[in-house]
Amino acid sequence: MDIPYTIKNRPDTGLYNAKLGVWLFLASEVMLFGGLFSAYILLRVGAPTGTWPHGWLDVRLGTVNTLLLALSAITTLLAWASCKVREFGKFKFFHACTILLALTFLGIKSYEYHDKLVHYEIQLNNGKIADGHLVEKSADFNLAKKTGSVTLHGHEVETHAELMDLRSEEAKKAVHAELIIPASEIKHMENYGPRHNTFTAIYFTLTGLHALHILGGTLVIFYFWGPGRKMWQTEPERFTNRIEVSGLFWHFVDLVWIFLFPVLYLT
Amino acid sequence: MSDSEQPVSLNSYIRLCAVVFAVVLCTTGLMIGTSFAHIGGDTWTLKVALILAIAVVNAFLVAGYLMHLLSEKKLVYTVLIFTVIFAIGLVGLTMAAMNDFPPGTATH
Repeated sequence: MDIPYTIKNRPDTGLYNAKLGVWLFLASEVMLFGGLFSAYILLRVGAPTGTWPHGWLDVRLGTVNTLLLALSAITTLLAWASCKVREFGKFKFFHACTILLALTFLGIKSYEYHDKLVHYEIQLNNGKIADGHLVEKSADFNLAKKTGSVTLHGHEVETHAELMDLRSEEAKKAVHAELIIPASEIKHMENYGPRHNTFTAIYFTLTGLHALHILGGTLVIFYFWGPGRKMWQTEPERFTNRIEVSGLFWHFVDLVWIFLFPVLYLT
Repeated sequence: MSDSEQPVSLNSYIRLCAVVFAVVLCTTGLMIGTSFAHIGGDTWTLKVALILAIAVVNAFLVAGYLMHLLSEKKLVYTVLIFTVIFAIGLVGLTMAAMNDFPPGTATH
């Protein structure tokens, strides 16, 4: 049995079924991300003065990723337009560009995550805090047994508050150097992973969920670019509609990033 | 994206995309500039409002032109109107409950 209205629009809705379906799906996605943005607002507005981080994320990398996603949204649209004018070669080119741009985005995101996971805040027994990126742990390093040492590339501060605003003049003046810290001097050691504070928790949650959407979208686009393109030979109009529907999802993912970037990187 | 029965010209889309990308470049630069500018003193309220306003312009471009929301069918608008109402309710109710602590809750 054929699935109805995969090509022609339904008379009552004015849309083919997949298109209505994807808009309803996107509506549910708005609610999903809306809930998480609500959580972000709640955490940020509820944070005591001076405890919400500023400048913890690399604006340059965020900007590159913003432009990569904007370009990928454009190549997705051009891939669909190529199908509409029956230029399959151009479709393949534009969709290949989308895949490459998406993979580059994920590569940069992975680098950013890695940067946070090797960034440590170490509370010392003398009350000071050592903060920086892990260079190495000695072979015999064991925090529980207090043996060995860790080497950080960073600096020491007197209070936790000094680490909150990395855009402040004081933070810019900080001199970073290699610090070798014996385990016996460490009171507590924690990286900037999701459990570090509420900012990193919501940062990893929001961007992680977004990255999963990018990954899912890339797999779908790859399928249409690769094995799924056989449909072009038999049902080009239906194939074009599939590209349109996957493109709508991709634009939505771009839309989410348009708000994630300023909210997390710029404010 | 637009209705499947409308005629499509690849060159017109390439021109549209070039304009959209140029505007996205400008708005992204404007957001970054606003973020690092000395606006609103020590508080972030004004900066956040300005940056989000620019982000809305960016989002309008993507939704309006790349997703062709400006020329969609009535049913899509209906779905989106309901979505906006529910999303505002979701955020609004969360915000309204911000200071609604159960009796005996320790606060800062």
